Amino acid sequence: MAGLPPYASTGQRVWYYTFRFICALLFLFLIIPILVIIPLSFNAEDFFTFTKKMLALDPEGYSLKHYRDFLTNTDWQNALYNSVRIAPMATLLSVSFGTLAAIGLSQSHVPFRGVIMAILISPMIVPLIISAAGMYFFYSRIGLQGTYWGVVLAHAALGTPFVIITVTATLVGFDKSLVRAAANLGADPVRTFFKVQMPLIVPGVISGALFAFITSFDEVVVVLFLGSASQKTLPWQMFTGLREQISPTILAVATILVTISILLLTTLEYLRRRSERLRGMTPQ
Amino acid sequence: MKLTKLFLGAATAALCVSAVQAQEMTIVSWGGAYSKSQLRAYHEPYMAKNAGVSIINDESAAEAVAKLRAMAEAGNTTWDVVDVVASDAIRLCDEGLAMEIDPETQLAPAPDGTSAADDFGDLMVSECFIPQIVYSTTFGYRSDVAEWGGKEPDDICDVFDLEAFPGKRSLEKRPINNVEWALLCDGVAPDDVYSVLETPEGVDRALAKLGTIRDSVIWWSAGAETPQRLADGEIVMGSTYNGRLFSVIEEQKQPVKMLWDWQVFDLDGWIIPAGLSDERKARALDYIYFATDTQRLADQAKYISYGPARASSAPLVGKHADLGIDMAPHMPTDPDNAKNTLLYNYEFWADYRDDIDAKFQAWLAK
Amino acid sequence: MLAADGTPLKASLARALRRQKLRALMLIAPLLLFVVLTFIAPIVDMLWRSIENQLVPETLPRTVEALKDWNPKSGEVPGEAVFAALAADLQIAVKAKTHTRVASRLNYEQPGIASLFRQSGRKVKRLEEGNYREQFLDMHDGWGSIAVWSTIKRFSGDYTAGYFLNAVDMENTGDGAQFKSEDQQIYLFLFGRTFLLSVTITFTCLLLGYPLAWLLATLPVRTSNLLMILVLLPFWTSLLVRTSAWIVLLQQEGVINDTLVTIGILDDNNRLQMMFNQTGTIIAMTHILLPFMILPLYSVMKTIPPSYVRAAKSLGATDWTAFWRVYFPQSVPGIGAGAILVFIVAIGYYITPELVGGTDGIFISNRIAYHISSSLNWGLGAALGVILLGVVLIFYWTYDKIVGIDNVKLG
Repeated sequence: MAGLPPYASTGQRVWYYTFRFICALLFLFLIIPILVIIPLSFNAEDFFTFTKKMLALDPEGYSLKHYRDFLTNTDWQNALYNSVRIAPMATLLSVSFGTLAAIGLSQSHVPFRGVIMAILISPMIVPLIISAAGMYFFYSRIGLQGTYWGVVLAHAALGTPFVIITVTATLVGFDKSLVRAAANLGADPVRTFFKVQMPLIVPGVISGALFAFITSFDEVVVVLFLGSASQKTLPWQMFTGLREQISPTILAVATILVTISILLLTTLEYLRRRSERLRGMTPQ
Repeated sequence: MKLTKLFLGAATAALCVSAVQAQEMTIVSWGGAYSKSQLRAYHEPYMAKNAGVSIINDESAAEAVAKLRAMAEAGNTTWDVVDVVASDAIRLCDEGLAMEIDPETQLAPAPDGTSAADDFGDLMVSECFIPQIVYSTTFGYRSDVAEWGGKEPDDICDVFDLEAFPGKRSLEKRPINNVEWALLCDGVAPDDVYSVLETPEGVDRALAKLGTIRDSVIWWSAGAETPQRLADGEIVMGSTYNGRLFSVIEEQKQPVKMLWDWQVFDLDGWIIPAGLSDERKARALDYIYFATDTQRLADQAKYISYGPARASSAPLVGKHADLGIDMAPHMPTDPDNAKNTLLYNYEFWADYRDDIDAKFQAWLAK
Repeated sequence: MLAADGTPLKASLARALRRQKLRALMLIAPLLLFVVLTFIAPIVDMLWRSIENQLVPETLPRTVEALKDWNPKSGEVPGEAVFAALAADLQIAVKAKTHTRVASRLNYEQPGIASLFRQSGRKVKRLEEGNYREQFLDMHDGWGSIAVWSTIKRFSGDYTAGYFLNAVDMENTGDGAQFKSEDQQIYLFLFGRTFLLSVTITFTCLLLGYPLAWLLATLPVRTSNLLMILVLLPFWTSLLVRTSAWIVLLQQEGVINDTLVTIGILDDNNRLQMMFNQTGTIIAMTHILLPFMILPLYSVMKTIPPSYVRAAKSLGATDWTAFWRVYFPQSVPGIGAGAILVFIVAIGYYITPELVGGTDGIFISNRIAYHISSSLNWGLGAALGVILLGVVLIFYWTYDKIVGIDNVKLG
C-alpha cells in the first residue's frame, strides 16, 4: 500500500489517513524525547523544564551556561578524558581480534563452528549486570579491578560480537572467485588479502569499529563495578548526576552525545550505501 | 591504514598517561557539598604545604567496603585514605581491611596537650577509625504548607500523622533509622527499641507502623534527593543528613525548617586501608595527622554544618565561610537541637542489617 | 587417481582440508582465547562463587571435624570436645582476623552470629586451659543456642546450596529445604515481576513497532530510508541520554506535567506520578527497546512480496482478511525474532529501572547489584545472577533455533 489507489472507498480512505496519523505519532514518540533535551540544555535557569521566558522565545531565557559548566567543571572534564582514553583502546582490541576471527569464521570448513560462534557472541547476549558481576569477581582476583586495563579489556570483550557480526556480513557476499583469480594471476595470499579482500571488508570493519566504540563509550554498568575514580567515564558521571544532583549540565552533555550519535549514524549510512554499491559491481 | 595509525597513536598516548603518577594520593569520599568542605578545609591547605602531592578525589565512599574487599582480594589497593561511616569502619577493621591507628603517636594532640585519644573520647568506636564529624539523620519540612493551617511539626511522630500534616514525605530506602522512628511512635520506650527489633514480631510491628504512611512516602537512596524534592515542593517533609538540609535552608534560602526531634547521630571519619606500601602509608598517615588536628576539624564546620569530632574543636567553630552566620546553632550536637537523640546502634545493625533489610525490601516491593 | 605431485588425490584433498581447517582455527584462536579469558572465565567464576563455601571449613577446621559427631536433633548443646576445637580455631582465626569474615558469612544464615563471633573474638585471648564449654557459655549466651550450632554444622562443607536456596526464597532449617515465611519472600516475587514487566514491555514494543515496521517496509525506498533515521537515531543514542530525557519528561515538575497544568487539564496539586514506579519503567524501557523490535520486523517484512496481498484482495478478500490471513502469518518470524530479542535485553536491565523504577518498578538486576556493592553477600548475588543467566540462555537458545545467531543484522 505505497499509495492510496484511486478506487479506494471512503472507509479505506479514513483508515489510510488514520493509520498514517498513528504512525506519525509513533515516530514522534521515538524522536521527541531525544529532541526535547536539546532546547532545555540552553536553559538559563537551573531547571529541568521549560521556563516562561524560554516559551516566549526571549533570548534571556537561553544561555550557554550549562555548556560552560561542562567545559570548566573538573568532574565532567575528567569523565570526558577517561571516556576518550578508554573507548578507542577497547575498539582497537575488539576490531583487531574480531576481524581476524571473522575471516576465520567465514572459511568454508570451520570445525566446531556452532560452539565457537556461541562463545564469541555470548558477551552480547549475557545481561550486562551478570557480565559486570562476573567480571567484578574475577578481575578482583587477578588484580584488574579498578584499573584502566581492566575496563579496557572488559569493554573490548563486550565489543567483539558486533565486529564479528558486521565483518562476517560483508564476507558473506564476498565472491571467492576473486581470490582464486588473484592467485591465478600470481599474487601470494598476503598480497591477495590486502589488495582484494581488505578493500571489500573495510566497510564492515569500520561499522564494526563504530559499534564497538559506541558500546564502550555508552557503557555504564560494567564500568560502574569494574572502575575506580580514575576510570570514571561520561556515562558514569551522568548516572551519578541523575541519581544525586540533577543539574541541567547533564542535558548539555546529552545534547553533545546526541550530536556524536548523529555523526556516527551518518558515517554508517554512508558506508552501508558504499558497500551495497561496491557489491553491486562485483561480477557474479 | 590511516585508521590503524590513529588507533596506535591513541593507544600510546593512553599508555604514557598511566605511567606518570608519582605523588598522587587517592582520597575516597562522598562527593557533593561534603567533599567540597573537605577540599577547602583539608586538601587545599595540605597541598599548599606539600607541593609535591596531588590529591585525587574518588567519590565511591558508598561502595567502600565492597571495593576495598575486591582490592584486597587482588592484592592491589589503589586507595590511600578512605572516608567511611563508623559502621563501615568497624566492618573493615573486622575484616582486616583497614590498618589500626595508634592515637597517641599517629594523631595530633589537642593544642592544650590533651592526647588525641582523650580528645576524641568515646567517638573512637574502632581501632582503625579516626572520627571526623558527628552528623545526624533528621527531618526537614516546608514551612509554607497551606493545608497544615499554620501548625508546624515539632515531634518525630508528626511524620506519621497524616491527618494533621498531610502531604508526601521522603524516607530512606533502607530499614535503618526508619524502623526505630516507627517503633518510637508506636509507643515503644526508647530504651526498648532494639530489644523489640530483635524479634520478628518487632520488625513486623515497625513495618506495620510505616505501612500507615506508606502511600505518602517517596523512598530515597541518595542524600541529595530529599533537599531537592523539598526545594521543588514535591514533598512536604523528608529525612536526610542535617548538613544537606542546612544548605537548602541557609544557602538556597528555601522555606524549609529543621525537625531535630529524635535525630539519629552517626559518625563519619577516616580509615587507612591495610597493606599499603611503606611510602604510601607514611604519606597517608602524614595527611591524617594534619587533617584531623583540632584546627582543621573546626575549619570544616565553616563549610558544612556537621559537628567536629574533637572536644577541643567545638569552641573554635566560628562563622560560615561564605554566609557569615554563626555555625554553632546549626550543629546537631547543639544542646537545643539534641534534646531527644538516638545513637546509631553499630552492634545491632551489624547483626540484623541483612535480615531486616531483606524483610524491609520484600515489604517495599509488594 | 593421483594429484600433480604424485600423492593420491584423496589424501591430497584431505590434507588441503586439514590445512584449511587449521588456518581457520588459527585465525579464530586469538579472539577465542581473549573472550574465554576476559569474559567466559568471569562467568565461570560467578558460578563458582554461588556454591563455594570454603571459608567456613578453612577457618574452623577443628570445629567442623568435631561437630561431625553431634546431632542437632539431640536438643543438646555440643560437648566439651567441640568447644575445645572451637577455642583452638578461634585463637588462630582472631590472630589472622578471619573470624569476623566467617561470622559475616554465617550471619547471612542466622542473624546474631556476627556479634557472637565479634564479641567472643575479643575475649578468646583470655581463655584458660580446660573446661572450654563453660567458659564459652559464660562468654556469650549465643554459644548455648542449638540454632547457632546447627547453622555452623550445616554450612561446614566446601560447597553449599544455601545461596541458591536463598535465591528462591527457601531455607534449609535442618529438616530439608522449605519456603521461608511469607513476609521474607522476595526473590521469587522479584523474578516474577521482572518477567512480567519484561513481557509487558515486549508486548508494548510489538504493538508500537509492528505498524511502524510495516509502514517502513511498504513505503518507497527513499521515504523509508529517511524515516528509518528516526528509528536508528534513538538506537544509536546513549542509554543514559534517553533515560535522562524520560526523567525530564516524566517527573512531577517535568515537561509533561507542566504542559498539562498549563493547558488546564491538570490541577497544579494533582500532578501525575509517572516516575519512580512501574509506569516510568515501562514507558522509558519501551522507548529504549523499540528499535530492537522494529529492525528485525522490518527485515522480515521487507521480504514479503506485496503481490500476495494484492492477489488475496483480487480474489475478493477484504483488507482485514488479506492482512490477517495472508500478510500477518508471513511476518510471524519477524515477530518471534523481535520479541525474543527485546525480551532478553529487557530481562537483564539495570540502569533504567534503577533511575526511574522507584520501589515497584525495579528488576532482579537491581537486587543483584545491591548484593554485590552494598550488602556484600556476593554468594547470593552470584546465585541470583546464575538463575537469571539460565533464563536468558533458554530464550537465547530459542532465538537461535528460530532465527539463528548468524542472521542477526545490525543497523
